[in-house]
Amino acid sequence: MDLFEYQARDLFAKHDVPVLAGEVIDTPEAAREITERLGGKSVVKAQVKVGGRGKAGGVKLAASADEAVARATDILGMDIKGHTVHKVMIAETAPEIVEEYYVSFLLDRANRTFLSIASVEGGMEIEEVAATRPEAVAKTPIDAIDGVDEAKAREIVAAAKFPAEVADKVAHVLVKLWDTFIKSDALLVEVNPLAKVASGDVLALDGKVSLDENAEFRHPEYEELHDKDAANPLEAAAKAKGLNYVKLDGEVGIIGNGAGLVMSTLDVVAYAGENHGGVKPANFLDIGGGASAQVMANGLEIILGDPDVRSVFVNVFGGITACDEVANGIIQALKLLEDRGEKVEKPLVVRLDGNNAELGRKILTDAAHPLVQRVDTMDGAAAKAAELAAAK
Amino acid sequence: MAIWLNKDSKVIVQGMTGATGQKHTKLMLGDGTEVVGGVNPRKAGTTVDFDGTEVPVFGTVAEAIEKTGANVSVIFVPEKFTKDAVVEAIDAEIPLAVVITEGIAVHDTASFWAYAGKKGNKTRIIGPNCPGIITPGQSNVGIIPGDITKPGRIGLVSKSGTLTYQMMYELRDIGFSTAVGIGGDPIIGTTHIDALAAFQDDPDTELIVMIGEIGGDAEERAAAFIKDNVTKPVVGYVAGFTAPEGKTMGHAGAIVSGSSGTAQAKKEALEAAGVKVGKTPTETAKLAREILAG
Repeated sequence: MDLFEYQARDLFAKHDVPVLAGEVIDTPEAAREITERLGGKSVVKAQVKVGGRGKAGGVKLAASADEAVARATDILGMDIKGHTVHKVMIAETAPEIVEEYYVSFLLDRANRTFLSIASVEGGMEIEEVAATRPEAVAKTPIDAIDGVDEAKAREIVAAAKFPAEVADKVAHVLVKLWDTFIKSDALLVEVNPLAKVASGDVLALDGKVSLDENAEFRHPEYEELHDKDAANPLEAAAKAKGLNYVKLDGEVGIIGNGAGLVMSTLDVVAYAGENHGGVKPANFLDIGGGASAQVMANGLEIILGDPDVRSVFVNVFGGITACDEVANGIIQALKLLEDRGEKVEKPLVVRLDGNNAELGRKILTDAAHPLVQRVDTMDGAAAKAAELAAAK
Repeated sequence: MAIWLNKDSKVIVQGMTGATGQKHTKLMLGDGTEVVGGVNPRKAGTTVDFDGTEVPVFGTVAEAIEKTGANVSVIFVPEKFTKDAVVEAIDAEIPLAVVITEGIAVHDTASFWAYAGKKGNKTRIIGPNCPGIITPGQSNVGIIPGDITKPGRIGLVSKSGTLTYQMMYELRDIGFSTAVGIGGDPIIGTTHIDALAAFQDDPDTELIVMIGEIGGDAEERAAAFIKDNVTKPVVGYVAGFTAPEGKTMGHAGAIVSGSSGTAQAKKEALEAAGVKVGKTPTETAKLAREILAG
């Protein structure tokens, strides 16, 4: 889960990483009181989870409370690279910036540990710095158990060649930032820029934080960090039912068991779609092992509720789950939806393989539901589902 | 021969007394796996009956090893407690720990992986969030269905559970030496490279099938390893060509970030290393079949 800048700012503040004052608002008028409190001037910053908002006009200085309201009016509702601005942060104006640095902690998948990245050339995207001047980027592996103490922080500071006059302050920020990383179960904490200001202080002026949703069980505070505005209504409904669903932009609804098989199903449908008017998968939905009739009904309900869906492909490989149970689940799910008064009109293509596949296929054949078609290979079923979606 | 698991493997189950642990212990026993005990400190000294087979419950992994000579532990404990369970297995120096549990916080995995390193890597860790490992006809540890296929000449390593089953099913008439599911989390113990190296050295394995998916660069690193170290034929499949950037596809590790982690990049890297890569699971199976037919 990626956080907004204001959420990252709040998290940094909570862990004593030095930041500027700032508050988030969603109505322009609220900018007035905050700007007055900040001494009559402020920076109005669009809160979007995408880079380049400055260039897009999403960050503006306001020299008065009236101006802050006007800028907030301009920015709220703006579209930045496909992201609508629902919130702006009214922030304290930064003191004169002398230098801009970059520091982050993140997961290093390749080495199965954590990594610190630091550079005295902050302010721009670190990928750019790494590409053009790799020698200006210091990468330091961090042991997941030993973590970052003062000594480790000094090692990072030395590796990135921070100027001597800020070394102590940057090391201090690094220890606090590591604290943020560990205590929040983050996958990434990034400060860019970390600014040296005229007073000699070092401040985190902007930041990115990504949290591990698998750790939510020990972080009740994650709940309110979820971005309710951005969640697609179908994704929100699926999440409420405990389903692993991602909305995509095609026409073939997909239900399968197991993340890998469902990913593979999306590909196979997209390939098949190339021969059928370019239809594509409408979603990712993994109903997991042991798909009961209820889970199947929940899944079907979400998929059939998607106005973009024109056909549905149910692709199940029965491992521990028996295909006869899955077949019964599908039939019961359709009945459940029909009994509830929902009109089911979209054709379903079902492919069952593996454990008790013959029995499962027989159940589907015997039920002879007018909307359900059986195709017994994955590639063949994908082609059928694509054809049906294209024909609609 | 096979890799890492054979008929002499003595298996204990951490979390055997829970619902999932019980269900799969029963299935593993049915597949001929020698399950010698379970671990649960609160139920130590009791036994669990699995259709007439009484399996004893021990208080600790160390005790279970001492009493039974166990050399494999399979872990089904809930995600909140998995880290402690793995650390216990590492402390007891069990040679193989297979972590089935999904949804583990990545900081927990990073922590037990670092711990294993500090203890000298005496325990091979497979997983987390994986289906386990099966050597057909000999032993089955985890949740892979035991009846899909038979012993044979193909070695399989995969990030995904259901794609493992799908591929075993497609090639069921040829059979498998060992199939290992390494899991789809951002940090995993055993990697594609570990399995490739083991299959290269396994005389029972003639061909290796490697299944990857989007996210990270494990497949690219595996490709580099194959180029330099693997002389046996390798057939590959990568899932997630059509996955959009920035959306996690079920597995915590399956996410394309910017230009990194795409299926296309992985396919190209594998092909550059001489690996034949199928577009679909069925086509991948066909490629394997063609190579084995000579």
